[in-house]
Amino acid sequence: MLNRFPLWKTLLITLTVIVGFLYAVPNLYEPDHALQVSGVKGRDVQLSTFERIQTKLAQQIDIKSASLEQGQVLIRLNDLDSQLKAKEITSQLLGQDYTVALNMAQNTPSWLSAIGASPVTLGLDLRGGIYFLMEVDMRDLMKTTHQQMVLDYKTDLRKEKIRYRTIRLLSEGVTLTFRDEATLEKALVLLESNYRTTTFRQLKSNPLSVRATMSAELLRQTKLDAVEQNITIIRSRVNELGVAEPDVQRQGDDRIVVQLPGVQDTAKAKELLGATATLEFRLADNRASSNNVPADSRLYQRREGGTVVLKKKVILRGESITGAQSGFDENGLPQVSIKLDAKGGNKMTEFSKNNINNPMATVFIEYKPTGKVDAEGKQILKKVEEVISVANISTLLGKNFRITGLDSPAEARSLALLLRAGALRAPIQIVEERTVGPSLGKENIELGATAIALGLAGVLLFMLVYYRGFGVVSNVALAVNVVLIVGVLSMLNGLSLTLPGMAGIVLTVGMAVDANVLIFERIREEIRAGRSVQQAIHHGYESAFSTIFDANITTLIAAVILFSFGAGPIKGFAITLSIGIITSVFTAVVVTRAIVNLWVGGKRVEKLSI
Amino acid sequence: MFQIFKGEKTINFMAWRKIAMVFSAIMMLASVGLVATKGLNLGLDFTGGTVIEVGYSQEADLKKVRDTLSANGFDDAIVQSFGSPRDVLIRLAPRNDIKAETLGTQLLTILNDNSDQKVSMRRIEFVGPKVGDELAEKGGLAMIAALICIMIYVALRFEWRFALGAVTALAHDVFLTIGLFSLLQLEFDLTVLAAILAVIGYSLNDTIVVSDRIRENFRKLRTGSPSEIIDISLTQTMSRTVITSLTTIIVLLALFLKGGALIHGFATALLFGVFIGTYSSIYVASSVALSLGITKEDLMPVEIEKEGEDQEEMNL
Repeated sequence: MLNRFPLWKTLLITLTVIVGFLYAVPNLYEPDHALQVSGVKGRDVQLSTFERIQTKLAQQIDIKSASLEQGQVLIRLNDLDSQLKAKEITSQLLGQDYTVALNMAQNTPSWLSAIGASPVTLGLDLRGGIYFLMEVDMRDLMKTTHQQMVLDYKTDLRKEKIRYRTIRLLSEGVTLTFRDEATLEKALVLLESNYRTTTFRQLKSNPLSVRATMSAELLRQTKLDAVEQNITIIRSRVNELGVAEPDVQRQGDDRIVVQLPGVQDTAKAKELLGATATLEFRLADNRASSNNVPADSRLYQRREGGTVVLKKKVILRGESITGAQSGFDENGLPQVSIKLDAKGGNKMTEFSKNNINNPMATVFIEYKPTGKVDAEGKQILKKVEEVISVANISTLLGKNFRITGLDSPAEARSLALLLRAGALRAPIQIVEERTVGPSLGKENIELGATAIALGLAGVLLFMLVYYRGFGVVSNVALAVNVVLIVGVLSMLNGLSLTLPGMAGIVLTVGMAVDANVLIFERIREEIRAGRSVQQAIHHGYESAFSTIFDANITTLIAAVILFSFGAGPIKGFAITLSIGIITSVFTAVVVTRAIVNLWVGGKRVEKLSI
Repeated sequence: MFQIFKGEKTINFMAWRKIAMVFSAIMMLASVGLVATKGLNLGLDFTGGTVIEVGYSQEADLKKVRDTLSANGFDDAIVQSFGSPRDVLIRLAPRNDIKAETLGTQLLTILNDNSDQKVSMRRIEFVGPKVGDELAEKGGLAMIAALICIMIYVALRFEWRFALGAVTALAHDVFLTIGLFSLLQLEFDLTVLAAILAVIGYSLNDTIVVSDRIRENFRKLRTGSPSEIIDISLTQTMSRTVITSLTTIIVLLALFLKGGALIHGFATALLFGVFIGTYSSIYVASSVALSLGITKEDLMPVEIEKEGEDQEEMNL
């Protein structure tokens, strides 16, 4: 019979729509402003601490609810103000061993969470937050790697008593020169067996010289390691900031994407993430003066002016530091107490034992922009090294000691913070930033929602007036379409909704009715041509389908290309547009047909409301 | 039945073909000329630089903001209000002497120190020059890739004359939209680029509906010259064309009026693109196919498609 679906088909369509609705429902529950407390370095929050937080907070603000789950505390609050206040109170109470992060806690009912339903993830432009694209500066890394090569070769050759003339660092490699062919051969055998991933090549211009270059594989690995190490450090810095759902990822060979939703203090976040400062400890060279620097020493600038000569050999680097706390010394001057890891602690003990009463210097290293760019348009950074303190080692130093000579308590605080968060393996530069303040994010949601509502209302009204009965059918389909888009977006957890994404929904609403217009116009034509109502409906749907399919496939091609083009703000638009195209074909063709079939299919109808 | 077009009398679209083609050619040349002479007001995404949007608690005095900034060494700052008189957008060219991540904060401090109102940060966007170049390059590639893929699809599904007609129509829409942005010196950023790709999608939608009907009529109608058949097809699809354009314009107006300043450029490009796209699917796509000498024989089915009853089971 014409225009009747078998029962299973109607049921399947109904089921699809119901599933879409279920997954869209969690978006109706507004999330709570919340506070998330977790232990630093993955430690669990104990029950006693949880109770302490609860009692303290309850004295000053209204708490909606508080829970301790899997070692993390979640406190729900009534509004933004009490959320901020709660963060301040909790941070003060707990100190530096805990991370206190602002968060939005979902209110999805448990029966919905059970089927994996959750609200749509909002993009940074709707939530507020920071997006950074960082580029790891490899030049400095390459330089230090090559310097290390020079040192290694010298040690190895000396150990085997092979005499060399010079070992020098030249651009992109190291050149070794020997006195005669025989020594060169001997050296080559040794070095090639010691460093398999390095290529040693005799120079044509000078047969007594060998050029050592890192293999492409090693070069890539070194860079990759540096980026990975930086990512680890940036993650730990982000933890210091207290962000609920941070996202730090590598992009390409030398870039890192950082997304910090909901960050309020953007200035602090940027300062901490981009900071490249670290410390080094070196022995001061007593024998030297500024115009007589021995070969194993170097002249350094002091922060308060003047110079000091320090040994080239580094006692300890920032990497060995596991803890740092700012405070004041006996004289009320700012200081930073430092805690070393076991290896660093042993080194320091060993060193100080042999150097009691010798002066040790603390060198503060930072990368600053020079104002120049290289051929590729990258900023050139300059390594700035300053000696911030020189103090005599009075006793045996162990894992814990302190440094002084800092300008201000603020500097002590930020240095302590940086030391805790770790030093970057290679300096980074922010090459793209998109920061949205929380108030703008909220406004954007309202703007997007208003535009969707208004656009939808306009189209619904138009279709109702123009097609009456069938207009109602297509309006139901259109509403289902919007719900399905939201449902699919909620289902796919990796995707987030952005402002351009909302624009994509608006556009889909306008274009989705096209399929129905095509079908309905066809039905009208068929009726005009004198076909019966049932025949007209049947032919209308059949003939319009291939047109609808072609038209939507091509739009989908454009949307997919837009998606793979992949620039942040645009991706969101491509996502909702693609989803919208697919759901709209389903609703406009399949859902309306099911409704029409139930309504007029197989019945005696003389005149259609179309 | 409420109808915009009765469709009883065939409208003689193709009679105006020559005039329309001359008009389109002139408009396209004008667009190219405009872009060549006036250029595009490229947005931050492509030029690189910093944009900071700040919110004042009351109406902001733009002149004072400008003076404050230039007194502090930011002579090149472009200051304008954004969306509302309380929101101010400051745009700066790329700088090498200041760390990009501190620039926004620095500006905010300067503005706060020199104003009796509270100034709050709403948005900071910074794009490094290298990233800007990459985005521009990727954008251009996306546009070309989209056109090529679409051309291949239409050529496979229809016929090469239609494919060429469709792509000419799309290029026409893209040129004219870009021309409009050059003429009005509206900011051309990533969202506008996305809008243009959406225009491509929309205009194509239109073109395909028309081409599909032309193909159908070529096969179904026994008599009539190609130009007459195209006229009949255009007339038959006219009410659908107008209704879909109308609903799309309704939602775009909502976006244009209520969507906020951030997507104003996006909505503008789409609104204009929908008008142009509707026109081009009638006059550019079909005219090109006709000029290339499309005939009945070209469209005779190799395999039978949608003749109705006989293949009921394969559809829905």
